Amino acid sequence: MAVIEVNGLQKRYGEHLAVADVSFEVQEGEIFGVLGPNGAGKTTTVECIEGLRVPDGGTIRVLGLDPQRDVTELRRVLGVQLQDSKLPERMTVAEAVSLYSSFYDDPADGDALVDRLGLTRRRDTRFGKLSGGQQQRLAIVLALLGRPRVAVLDELTTGLDPQSRRNTWELVEQVRDDGVTVVLVTHFMEEAERLCDRIALIDAGKVVAIDTPSGLVERTRAPQVIRFRPSEPVDEALLRGLPEVTSVVQRDGRVEITGTGDVLATVTTALAQRRIVAAELRVTQPRLDDAFVALTGEGIR
Amino acid sequence: MTTTTAAPAGTGRPRTSGFAGLGALTRSELRLFLRDRAGAVATLLFPTVLLVVLGLIPSFKEPVTPGGPRLIDLYVPIMVAMVLAVSAVQALPAVVATYREQGVLRRMRTTPVRPQTLLLAITATMLGVTLVSTILVLLVARLAFGVPLPQDLAAYLVTLVLLGGAVYGLGLLVAAVAPSGRTGNAIGTVLFFPLMFFGGLWLPRDVMPEVLRTISDYTPLGAGAGALQAAAAGSWPQLLHLGVLLAWTVLTGLLATRLFRWE
Repeated sequence: MAVIEVNGLQKRYGEHLAVADVSFEVQEGEIFGVLGPNGAGKTTTVECIEGLRVPDGGTIRVLGLDPQRDVTELRRVLGVQLQDSKLPERMTVAEAVSLYSSFYDDPADGDALVDRLGLTRRRDTRFGKLSGGQQQRLAIVLALLGRPRVAVLDELTTGLDPQSRRNTWELVEQVRDDGVTVVLVTHFMEEAERLCDRIALIDAGKVVAIDTPSGLVERTRAPQVIRFRPSEPVDEALLRGLPEVTSVVQRDGRVEITGTGDVLATVTTALAQRRIVAAELRVTQPRLDDAFVALTGEGIR
Repeated sequence: MTTTTAAPAGTGRPRTSGFAGLGALTRSELRLFLRDRAGAVATLLFPTVLLVVLGLIPSFKEPVTPGGPRLIDLYVPIMVAMVLAVSAVQALPAVVATYREQGVLRRMRTTPVRPQTLLLAITATMLGVTLVSTILVLLVARLAFGVPLPQDLAAYLVTLVLLGGAVYGLGLLVAAVAPSGRTGNAIGTVLFFPLMFFGGLWLPRDVMPEVLRTISDYTPLGAGAGALQAAAAGSWPQLLHLGVLLAWTVLTGLLATRLFRWE
C-alpha cells in the first residue's frame, strides 16, 4: 500500500516555480530516493510532505493524513531529519536526546540509538563542540526517537566521512528492516544506488523518471563499452553485424566495442563460435551517474 | 507486494494539545541560560550593581524637592523597569532570532511539540530570571539605602504585569522581524536606549521638562516607570499610564503574531 501519495504537487516562491509538477507514491517498507541536481526542488518537495511548507497546488497524503490539516497526527508518525538544522550550542547530546524523547508518548531507546550512531563517547559534549558529522548523526538520532512509521532523511550523509557514511547506510537499512518506510533525499549516486529500492529523479521541479536504480540505468540506454585483446584477428564486419553493437574500433591488436542491452553475451558468444578467446576482457557498464546525466542533461557535482 | 494493511495513523493514541512539553523545554532553557555563567551573572546582577553605584553617589541621597523623594527613591522603579526591558528587548530577541537562524525552531516544528511552546518556554525562563533580579533590586534598595518596599503591592504587581506585557510584546516584535541573532541583538540595543531615556534612566521623569515628560507618558518605559513609582509610593497609578501599557501590549502582541516567521 502507498504510505505517501504526492499528486500534482506545485510550489512557487514569488516568481520562481520551485516545484512545477511532482507526483509519486512511496510504498510501505521501501527506501524511496528523491534524487536530482541542486535546485531541482527535492527539498521543497519533502518539506511539503513534512508539512513545513504549504503547497500551491496538488495533494499530499502521508498514511492518509493531510500534512497541513492533520499536522498534529503527522508529527507522531513522521520522523524528519532536516538539512542544516542546529540545536542550541550549549545543549549536550544526552540533554538533547532526553528533551526530544519527552516529546513522544512512547519514545525509542535513546541510549541504543546514540550507541548505534557512535555518539556514546560524546554524550556529555555540547552541540557546539561536536564535529559536523557528529551533529549530523545526532540529527538522525532525533529523527528516529519518536519511533516513526515514515522517516524523511534530507541529505543524510552530507558532511560524513566515508566510514560514518557506510555505518549510516547500514543504520538506514536496519531502520527499514524494522518496518519504517524511508524517504531519502540525496545527490550521492553511490548512496542512491546502494540504498534505494526506487528513485524519483527530479529535475527543474518535475519528475523525470521513477524506477529502480537498475531500471533507470537501463532506461537511458547508455552504451556499454567492451575492451579485450582477441587471441587472433577478428573480422570487424562480423562484430558490426551483431544487433546490439553500435561501433567497433581495432587498434594495436585490441578491440573496443560499444553496444547496448545484452551486447556482452552476444559478443562473447560470437567469439566463442569462432574459437576466439577474449583476453584482458573489461566491461564498462553505465551506472546511475550516467543515467542521471542522460535523463537530466547535467551532472550533479 | 504484501497485503499488509497499515492502520490509519495515530488512532487510539492520546492527543497532546496546547502546550505539551512546556515543562521540559523551560527546564532545558533555564539550564542553558545558567550554563552561560558570565551572561547569567551579568543579567541577574547588573541592575543591582548599577543601583549600588548610584546609591553611593552622595547627591542621590538628597531629596529632589524639599520634603520630596530622594533621587535614589526615584531610581528604584527605573531600575525595576530596566530589568524587564533588558530581558525583553535585548535577551529575548537575541535568543529567538538565533534559534530561528540556526533552525532550532524549524526542528521543533517537526516534532509533536508546537514551536510556540518553545517561545513560551524562553519567555518563562526570562521572566523567572527577571523576577529574581527585581526582588534583588528591591531588597538591596531597602536594606542598603532605606528605600521603602512598594507600598501598594497589588498596584505594583498589576503594573509589573502590564509593563511586562508591553516590553515582551516589543521584544517578540523585534524577534519576529530580526533575520538573525546578531541583528536581533542590535535592534534590541538600539531600541533599549531611547526606551530607557524616556523611562528616566538618565533624567528621572520628575525632573524632566514638561514636553519630555509628556512624550515619556506615552512610551512603555515612561508609563511603566511612572506607574511603578506611583504604586511604590502607595497610590494607584494614573489611568493614562496603565492604558498606555495596555495599548503597547495589544499593539506589539498583534504585530508580533502577524509578522512572526518560524524560518
